[in-house]
Amino acid sequence: MKLDLHTLGPLVALVALVILGAALNSAFLAPANITNVLARSAFIGLIAVGMTFVITAGGLDLSVGSMAAFLAGIAIIAMNAALPTTGLNWGTILVGMGVAVLGGIAAGYLNGALVTKARIEPFIVTLGTMGIFRSLVTWLADGGTLSLDYGLRTLYRPVYYSGIGWITWPIIVFAIVAILGEWTMRHSRFGRHVEAIGSNDRVARYSAIDVNRMRLLTYVLLGVLVGLAVVLYVPRLGSASGSTGVLWELEAIAAVIIGGTALKGGRGRVWGTVVGVLILSLIDNILNLADLVSPYLNGAIQGVIIVLAVVLQREKRTAEER
Amino acid sequence: MTVLALRNVSKSFGPIEVLHGVDLALEPGEVHALIGENGAGKSTIMKILGGFLDPTSGEILLDGQPASFASGPEAEARGIVVIHQEFNLAPDLTVAANVFLGREIGGWRLDHAAMRDATAALLKRLDTRIDPDARIRDLSVPDRQMVEIAKALSRKARVLIMDEPSAVLTHREVGALYAQIDRLRAEGVAILYCSHRLDEVAHLADRITVLRDGRVVRQALRGELTEDGMATAMVGRELQDFYPPKGQPGDQPALEVRGLTVPGRVRDVSFTLRRGEVLGIAGLVGSGRTELAEGLVGLRTSTGEIRVEGRPVAIRSLRDAFAAGLAYLTEDRKEAGLLLDKGLRENLTLATLERFGGWRLDTRAEDAALERATQEFDIRAPRRDMPTGKLSGGNQQKLLLAKVMLPDPRIILIDEPTRGIDVGTKRQIYAFIRKLAAEGRSLIVISSEMTEVIGLSDRVLVMREGRLAGELAGEDMTEDRIVRLAMGVTGEAA
Repeated sequence: MKLDLHTLGPLVALVALVILGAALNSAFLAPANITNVLARSAFIGLIAVGMTFVITAGGLDLSVGSMAAFLAGIAIIAMNAALPTTGLNWGTILVGMGVAVLGGIAAGYLNGALVTKARIEPFIVTLGTMGIFRSLVTWLADGGTLSLDYGLRTLYRPVYYSGIGWITWPIIVFAIVAILGEWTMRHSRFGRHVEAIGSNDRVARYSAIDVNRMRLLTYVLLGVLVGLAVVLYVPRLGSASGSTGVLWELEAIAAVIIGGTALKGGRGRVWGTVVGVLILSLIDNILNLADLVSPYLNGAIQGVIIVLAVVLQREKRTAEER
Repeated sequence: MTVLALRNVSKSFGPIEVLHGVDLALEPGEVHALIGENGAGKSTIMKILGGFLDPTSGEILLDGQPASFASGPEAEARGIVVIHQEFNLAPDLTVAANVFLGREIGGWRLDHAAMRDATAALLKRLDTRIDPDARIRDLSVPDRQMVEIAKALSRKARVLIMDEPSAVLTHREVGALYAQIDRLRAEGVAILYCSHRLDEVAHLADRITVLRDGRVVRQALRGELTEDGMATAMVGRELQDFYPPKGQPGDQPALEVRGLTVPGRVRDVSFTLRRGEVLGIAGLVGSGRTELAEGLVGLRTSTGEIRVEGRPVAIRSLRDAFAAGLAYLTEDRKEAGLLLDKGLRENLTLATLERFGGWRLDTRAEDAALERATQEFDIRAPRRDMPTGKLSGGNQQKLLLAKVMLPDPRIILIDEPTRGIDVGTKRQIYAFIRKLAAEGRSLIVISSEMTEVIGLSDRVLVMREGRLAGELAGEDMTEDRIVRLAMGVTGEAA
């Protein structure tokens, strides 16, 4: 691979943030802090990897945050309902995990089918389902909070809080998914087709690629990863409410863009997305650890970074044109 | 006194010169018809006159003074108005809003009533019942063309340039159009009229300019040229020694098509393609040639019976076509053929990735395939990973040919094999086509270039308005005969 500053831009920014963090607060590099940052990144990270495929194929999904809340809600309801019959054991938790992942597949299929079969703009479709999922979880929780049974919560907790040494399960899952995602985008037929569709879907169609099926698959893949994120998220708090996962969609999209994936599609970088997710969480973390800037300005700084990333991408394009 | 003239105008796109020293003079009160085959340079001339293109050399004279227009609007400000084809309207605006687009009546507050009344008056003059408040989106295609004409009439035109205004009109509307043309002529407007309909040229034009290969080959006054004479002037040229010698097609049918219909585009087309044959398909742009090919390979829904080497096949997608041994090279290289922002390798193997590994793509095998393809088709690229959009048109076309040949098809449909490429590469492509036929493959070549169809093909089918208008072979395969069939002109050459 050719190395140039534009491609490596996000990586350079990430390294700079790590150095800045270490300089500002010695606690920054402590294993506990790193574990915390990475584990919190895992939810957005899993979703952002899926989002990379959707955006690379020329799509968009605004519904993922609401979808996560909805899936968390139905997983908790399923586990609580199964508890009397299956008992307090891992079987019950597997039921919840299954509901989250299968629900993710169904929700992703719904988005993808509306985009490809009903031929509605992805922005409109997922704006609609975003509202629907959010409203459904609020309704299921009756405006309050859905809580997992206390016994189950204790049993399930280690899935978020423990792992191999200080590397917790969410970090491990995120790493595996990121590596698989990068490999799929770069070395598989599916990844090549996804890039071709986003680059020019007419060329893809004239190359005997089933454009609609591939597009649909990207949404289903994203749905699965949202389900997986929920599986790891539920043991963290053991509850879900109407305010779960708010703005996750924007963080995921921002991470994809910061990582160098073109919003118009055609060029996907999963490793870039991973770097983008880490940049966003590090900014949050550093602002919390250092007293330099109020943590309330977190959003503003993230916004500046997003715009900067896009400006850098555009400079790259004009440089290529010359 | 000439209003608008071209003096010794040439125009090049990149290295290719498409107009060579054209002289043309438009006189007030005169309808001047510009005719020629597809690609003869008519639209380039119209674009230069209308201010949308600059000539590479030569002069534009307005009232005898050299003039240059920076843009279409500037030409329009000086009285030169172009009637575009119907697809240049804003579909979501109303008829009145389109007619007055850019010259709205009223200051900050638009005077809707005045614009509506003026539009209604214009439409009445054209004898149509289009509602000025209707949205363009809701109008039929002929109605849209009438709005385009009304829009041009509303400008104070001294020169009116019409680009096939009647192509989509019904008989009644054509009558209204002719009446307006007569009125404008009487008012002293100079009119340049481009058309493929020779009968209408004979009826309307006071003066005719015939264009061939970017040159003016004939100028005539009303009555000096019959329709047949026009057709002969448009095509009359010798076949250069430019094409490889033809082969000997076998007798076995490779592809039999019976009653192929693509709804709204192609009706009931039947033909047989023999093993080792190059079958040309000629016809005007829009005659259904491309749609026929796309219907055959499953890119468009079609009905009809298709047999490949005697066996009936059902082709509902391009995948099915590949499986049946068919391949299609699109005419739209940049929008449907190649991913211009991707490298050569990604483009070459895009349609046949399943041959390069299962889940994991075998990049090494892809590189080997690219190596073979660059050798076989003489593709010249400074770098393998450069975006294909940076390649010359000729190298893009050779890469596209290599991509289409990768599944090893027995029957190859090539749509416009040499559009927008230089002469040297053209000859190479002709040689490739002949070589493929000599290998026992069968080819269908669709082309708007008359000499190409004749020079390459063993036999030619001519299409007109979605149907087969005729089949020509051997001695009968002349430009004259093809043009007559394509335009529906009967009778013998003048």
